[in-house]
Amino acid sequence: MARVTVDVVLKPEILDPQGQAIVGALGRLGITGVTDVRQGKHFELEVEDGVDDDTIAKLADTLLANPVIENFTISR
Amino acid sequence: MVTFPGSLDDRDAARAVRAAGGEPVALWHADPSLHDVDAVILPGGFSYGDYLRAGAIARFAPVMESLVSAARDGLPVLGICNGFQVLCESHLLPGALVGNAGRKFVCRPQSLRVENVKTSWTSGYRAGQEIVVPIKNMDGMYVADDRTLDKLEADARIVARYRLGNPNGSYRDIAGITNKAGNVVGLMPHPEHAIDPLTGTGADGLGFFLSLTGVAA
Repeated sequence: MARVTVDVVLKPEILDPQGQAIVGALGRLGITGVTDVRQGKHFELEVEDGVDDDTIAKLADTLLANPVIENFTISR
Repeated sequence: MVTFPGSLDDRDAARAVRAAGGEPVALWHADPSLHDVDAVILPGGFSYGDYLRAGAIARFAPVMESLVSAARDGLPVLGICNGFQVLCESHLLPGALVGNAGRKFVCRPQSLRVENVKTSWTSGYRAGQEIVVPIKNMDGMYVADDRTLDKLEADARIVARYRLGNPNGSYRDIAGITNKAGNVVGLMPHPEHAIDPLTGTGADGLGFFLSLTGVAA
């Protein structure tokens, strides 16, 4: 068994209102210097040893992420 | 009308079909058969709780495999709100719908301009006709890359645009689009809630259903 993580974030050209709300909240906390936040999703998959990277990429591309609006990265 | 777990507006869609002189047929998400219907409506609601992304899980329902293939063969399909999200997730329509730019659920009467009246679902309107139907959504901001948006404009595939204010930040004020063939239409506002002045903003939405049944308004 191995743990594989898949991180999904909106593509740069897609507006992220939640990320912008977080930037606004940081200002109210008195924290300065954070100019942008992009909110994404983090998936942790427990996979058997026989599951290769191509399979993980396929499931990320078809289900975990919508490639029309999101990019993903896979890490083992 | 297809009912998914979490669909809300399947009954209103059935009522609209009946009001337009059609015979509504209930389809079930877990049943791959389309039961020889002449058209399919994917209703509004929150299929599968909007888990992951709105429409993302519904795309893999057994009924969707049959529907995607039938839609590619020309079956008229109208996706309203969550149905529009399902159509985008299924890649029957380009682009995607994400959280409203204002980050709040929007629920109000909305003015639209119907631009493409050549689709299966809009032939009963005049080009440029202005109508008012309710809008109610959380994830209603239509997004796509500039190339896709330019192509949609060039091919006149924008079915309707918001007017008098964009309720959700949709790129280029897009409220609804169609596929190349004009048989698949996705629409964020809810024409099925505006078919009778007694219970809605008016009857401006009935035209979508009359377009399909061919019954004169």
